[in-house]
Amino acid sequence: MPDTATESGTRNVKRLASMLLELDDLLIACMRCGFCLSTCPVYGATMREGDVTRGKIALLENLAKHMISDAQSVNDKLNRCLLCGSCQAICPSGVKIMDIFLRARAIVTGYLGLSPLKKLLFRGVLARPKLFNSLLGLSSALQGLFIKKTGGMETYCAPLLQSFIGNRHFPPLAKKPFHSRAPSLNIPAEAGKPGVAFFPGCVSDNIFPAVAEASLKVLQKHGVGVFMPSGLSCCGIPALASGDRPDYDRMLRNNLKCLRGASFQYLLTPCGTCTATIREFWPMLADDYSPAEKEQIRELHEKCMDISAFVIDVLKVELPAASNGGPVVTYHDSCHLKKSLGVAAQPRSILKSLPGFSFAEMPEADRCCGSGGSFTLRHYDLSTDIGQRKRDNIVSVKANIVAAGCPACMMQMMDALSRNNDKIKVRHVMELYADTL
Amino acid sequence: MAVTPALITEFRNIVGKENVLTEEADRQTYAYDAAVLTPVVPALVLVPVTQEALGKTVKLAYDSGLPITVRGSGTNLSGASIPEPGDGVVILTNRLDKILEINEQDLYAVVEPGVVTARFAAAVAARGLFYPPDPGSQSVSTLGGNVALNAGGLRGLKYGVTKDYVMGMEIFDYRGELVKTGSRTVKCVTGYNMAALMSCSEGTLGVFSRLILKLVPPPKASRAMLAEYDDINKASETVAGIIAAHIVPCTLEFLDNNTIKYVEADTKAGLPVQAAAVLLIEVDGGHERMVEEDAAKVVEVCKKCGCTDVRMAKNAEEKLKIWEARRNALPALARARPTTVLEDATVPRSRIPEMVAAVNRIARKYRLEVGTFGHAGDGNLHPTFLCDRRDKEEFRRVEAAVDEIFDVALGLQGTLSGEHGIGMAKAKWMEKETNRATIEFSKNLRRALDPKMLFNAGKKFL
Ligand SMILES: Cc1cc2nc3c(=O)[nH]c(=O)nc-3n(C[C@H](O)[C@H](O)[C@H](O)COP(=O)(O)OP(=O)(O)OC[C@H]3O[C@@H](n4cnc5c(N)ncnc54)[C@H](O)[C@@H]3O)c2cc1C
Ligand code: SF4
Ligand code: SF4
Repeated sequence: MPDTATESGTRNVKRLASMLLELDDLLIACMRCGFCLSTCPVYGATMREGDVTRGKIALLENLAKHMISDAQSVNDKLNRCLLCGSCQAICPSGVKIMDIFLRARAIVTGYLGLSPLKKLLFRGVLARPKLFNSLLGLSSALQGLFIKKTGGMETYCAPLLQSFIGNRHFPPLAKKPFHSRAPSLNIPAEAGKPGVAFFPGCVSDNIFPAVAEASLKVLQKHGVGVFMPSGLSCCGIPALASGDRPDYDRMLRNNLKCLRGASFQYLLTPCGTCTATIREFWPMLADDYSPAEKEQIRELHEKCMDISAFVIDVLKVELPAASNGGPVVTYHDSCHLKKSLGVAAQPRSILKSLPGFSFAEMPEADRCCGSGGSFTLRHYDLSTDIGQRKRDNIVSVKANIVAAGCPACMMQMMDALSRNNDKIKVRHVMELYADTL
Repeated sequence: MAVTPALITEFRNIVGKENVLTEEADRQTYAYDAAVLTPVVPALVLVPVTQEALGKTVKLAYDSGLPITVRGSGTNLSGASIPEPGDGVVILTNRLDKILEINEQDLYAVVEPGVVTARFAAAVAARGLFYPPDPGSQSVSTLGGNVALNAGGLRGLKYGVTKDYVMGMEIFDYRGELVKTGSRTVKCVTGYNMAALMSCSEGTLGVFSRLILKLVPPPKASRAMLAEYDDINKASETVAGIIAAHIVPCTLEFLDNNTIKYVEADTKAGLPVQAAAVLLIEVDGGHERMVEEDAAKVVEVCKKCGCTDVRMAKNAEEKLKIWEARRNALPALARARPTTVLEDATVPRSRIPEMVAAVNRIARKYRLEVGTFGHAGDGNLHPTFLCDRRDKEEFRRVEAAVDEIFDVALGLQGTLSGEHGIGMAKAKWMEKETNRATIEFSKNLRRALDPKMLFNAGKKFL
């Protein structure tokens, strides 16, 4: 770790405090009602006030008012958060919590300096999609050498990586990532059908290419035109969550460049997290962008849409009547889909219409599963505890398949199910739907 | 006594190392509750996870002379769980969260104090029974906190408040000894009725470790209505008329014109912004027919008393819609300005129009924004002042206005607080509502149960 506040002396603490004071208008809106305690997955696992929004906001206020000198410990608390947005969705006072957390992370992290590991990941790799892809390609070829198969599922436990990521049952990297099969696309729309841009997202691209392929199949079966430029980078959320504004900005600008000038009516992703990032976070943090960039961000905000919402709300696909009997499918509401974007009914209508399956609603379907990018890496035990509650809910309805609309949630649920040796499949809503076409 | 490293080690031996919070950042997150008051950072936060550890923690803290503040979820609005200055410690009971028994035959449940109210209500409902107290904070508040503040809720008029559901409890006294009171039976006359004394004790008499709570069968049918008025007196006459017709609605809520305007500005739900007041009424009961008859009578009373419009929900969806205005009252007010001072003055229900008029007069006098909503059936109003606590001058005006509201409420033979508690916020007013002898009597009682005055000393009585 680089220098901490205490070592750098009071001058730096003051600078940090003045940046934090800029957050004041956002922080003051919190009325300390404590309602966020009821939905926060991290609080649910630890029951500690420092892990929930109300506590984090109190600490940020104190940091800004010089009432606490230990910026590092506030930073540690801030990072114990999945950025799932559950708290913001129920906050009666309308506190702009995600805005607060992302800005605060950027300020505090910028101040403390990124850890060497993060620097490697973000500065060097994610921001340069070509390098990212070839590195992942390399590790995908290598991983068979030191990753051994466990459990009944297609997930692997990596003893060598264990010290870094705990005892995680994660799916292996795809042998052939989606982008190597489809580096770019330009499929014209059938008459009267809309044209869309497709943003696969990192996790679909590298870990679940089948999700991206199923999405394309759905779009093509419905005659939708699909444009996908080459060279898209990550949506930027991992960098943002780490408080790494410079790399976040680089990735966003690269994506803007790739999409500039193309004509499409919608920007679709099969990933709740990417959709929420593009729709919510891009515009929220666009203060420093040029007018032209701001305008493009605004357009993308309006065009960006979850793919299952697109199928139901735009294509208005006529689905067969609900069927009964057959394997049980249940659905997990990804926080970003339901709480940020209000997408909850559409995936359910698709699932309820699947021929040969029966749908069962699980308890607490919209409770966060505990997946949160680097949160999972850093706070693996906590993430596992949160995942276990989700797993118990899935099992309670005797599901054979759990569906979701976000590949990051899919990874987390695979991990939770696999460590319990449950033979329950995890699939994307689009995969299940594509199978019926 | 100060908190020494040796003492910290002793606490760790009792509750486990990870359950003694000593770091500044951790302690600062237990310095406040939902009241708009100055935070006080505790010297330690102790988190017992077993009954036994709870008793030992209380004993060691007490023997060491540390001021003790028990905390559930810290959602109270009176500062009752803000720690005491000068080495005050927090004993957190939110991890004691087991539902130990739900007895369907004998209609009671035994719980630990940290169980969250809504989780308990859901568990009881899953067994076909009903736990009625429903404070607005039920999704977070703990049952221990509910009992210690005798929490009310929307259903108070018909079903009563938390104290009406406390059959018995176990309490750790200042020596860390387990005291038992009440029983699992409907009737019980052994000993003092200490459970009643403990309801509303605000953490000043002892620490609850187990609660025996009464359950009832759920209502089988309900009807919800919304009535609009161009004159608040007519709304008040309606309330009196409903009671006079021998109907006790399970909820009888009220929003004043200001609140309606704030909700409409926030939600654009099409509320009548011209209305002086709206009443939200729900009747329930054991028979569909009876409930329907009651609902029809209520509509009649509303009309007779001169409402400008009254609507009954035809189905569950419409019922939800009717209640949306009430659910949005606090959020709409809270979103309008940074700081929300939620008051709790309560008057006999017939004096509501006078009280609302006084609130609006006082707000004008101090140039403040206010909205009043609340429980019309029991006279429990929530005048809510909107301000920005960073603006010292404005906040002083709010404090002056709140003081004046208490004066008016007492003048109308009301009370300082219907459900939010006295805590630190209103302790100085206690003598005005009662008299010196009452304060002395209460303090004597307290000294007998807390000889060193270490249990939440700055709360309730000064
Ligand atoms: C938005 C909002 C709406 C609200 N609506 C209502 C409402 O409708 N009706 C209502 O009555 N209140 C309401 N409240 C106030 C508050 O939620 C209740 O008073 C609730 O009972 C507090 O529970 P808690 O677990 O948060 O207790 P805390 O705030 O943690 O503590 C409250 C008191 O209980 C004591 N205490 C807690 N646990 C124990 C224990 N085990 N043994 C002894 N003492 C203990 C504490 O020392 C303190 O004095 C509302 C609050 C908010 C923020
Ligand atoms: S729910 Fe919102 S207002 Fe309430 S404590 Fe949490 S952040 Fe603050
Ligand atoms: S974003 Fe999610 S994890 Fe973070 S504080 Fe809010 S509810 Fe908790």
